[in-house]
Amino acid sequence: MNDARPTSWLQLANPAVFNRWADRLLWPLVIATLGLFAYGLYGTFFVSPADYQQGNTVRIMYIHVPAAWLALFVYAGMVVSALGTLVFRHPMADVAQKAAAPLGAAFTLVCLITGSIWGKPTWGTWWQWDARMTSVLVLLLVYLGIMALWRAVDDPLRAARAVAILTLVGAVNLPIIKFSVDWWYTLHQPASVFRLDGPTIHPSMLKPLLIMALGYLGLYLVLLLVRMKTELTLRRIDRLQRLAAGIPGERA
Amino acid sequence: MTGWTALLLRDLRLARRVGAGAELGLVFFLILVSLLPFAIGADQRFISRIAPAFLWLAALLATLLGLDRLLQADEEEGVLDQFMLSGTPLELLVLAKALAHWLVTGLPLSLVAPLLGLMLAIEPQAMVPLALSLLVGTPALTLIGLIGAALTVSLKRGGLLLSVLVLPLTVPTLIFGATLVKEAALGRPYTTPLMLLGGMTLLMLVIAPVSAAAALRHARQ
Repeated sequence: MNDARPTSWLQLANPAVFNRWADRLLWPLVIATLGLFAYGLYGTFFVSPADYQQGNTVRIMYIHVPAAWLALFVYAGMVVSALGTLVFRHPMADVAQKAAAPLGAAFTLVCLITGSIWGKPTWGTWWQWDARMTSVLVLLLVYLGIMALWRAVDDPLRAARAVAILTLVGAVNLPIIKFSVDWWYTLHQPASVFRLDGPTIHPSMLKPLLIMALGYLGLYLVLLLVRMKTELTLRRIDRLQRLAAGIPGERA
Repeated sequence: MTGWTALLLRDLRLARRVGAGAELGLVFFLILVSLLPFAIGADQRFISRIAPAFLWLAALLATLLGLDRLLQADEEEGVLDQFMLSGTPLELLVLAKALAHWLVTGLPLSLVAPLLGLMLAIEPQAMVPLALSLLVGTPALTLIGLIGAALTVSLKRGGLLLSVLVLPLTVPTLIFGATLVKEAALGRPYTTPLMLLGGMTLLMLVIAPVSAAAALRHARQ
């Protein structure tokens, strides 16, 4: 059984099986990610043209936009994991949720910071209460709340279920927040804001953008696997320490 | 349903006798309002302009008061265990808790808000819409808070965490509520924000009891 393929995803609930598969996936993913980033960054800085209005500043887009995509993608993944936790009681879903939250927050933060750096030369301000930026900011706050709840509850099983419920509640609310912020923006923002509507994106810019997005996705998966492995090791250490301390009711 | 009404009445009685619930919440609301001119100056026109937003923010903060003890006291005294055994669905029981909380915070706040609006020089035609917006919107705030209270029920110092969890989710309610009052102050129709505000409350009426009950059940497994 040990060396067999995981015939069902339920088998991955066994940490040993999961670890073995994670190890097999990890290096190919690392190499693919490095390759994608090398190619994508080359495209970003040397191949793709400068914008006729923004000049070289437009190259921030290749860092900024994939981060925004990943910020949402990670949350979607956390929703799937939350369902895995609540419906299937899959232990790896707990671990995946916990590992994903700080990564999602980090991508959101990268999105906000690069957006701010991009905004200074193009809009002339570091921060603008623009609908999109505000929505992303609220997304960051939701991520931070989820991370805070993970920290606050000691027992990992309980924490996973509480966070899963919060993640699902957040998933229902995030589209509403997005809608309400858009609505608020159209009602109350002065019309002076310089909008970056521009022409539809040219293929010479789209290609490096998509490659960078794949690179970001690879980076996320690598970090997720590493964090999940770390979390499993930490839990094992915790259990062994409890066992060594002779706390009753603990099994090896 | 007798258990449900009994729980509601018990919570209202507790709020009156032990917590001094409604009055204290209103005093807090009043203090917030009277602090505003000290912070931004006594310029009547400026105050008048930011008053709708400020009253909604104050209502938000006042609703947060006591939320961390909403379910925690029952958890410590073992009342939650009785809830589980009672046979009445837990979803309905937590709804009774939320209703009791709203009756001693949100409702009095909504009724007093026009008076405070007077102090903040809100346009006369916005007085009734202000009360209406709070009346329709504060239940959503309490219900979102109920989810946070259930998630942090077993934590010793859950108050700050609860606010961090709950406040981002109140963004739509705040937007719709404050917009309603602003539109009304400008003499414009406010049906759309009112509908959206009502929609938020109805949605939360569905989501909050289910999520809160699920959180409570999972917390004791």
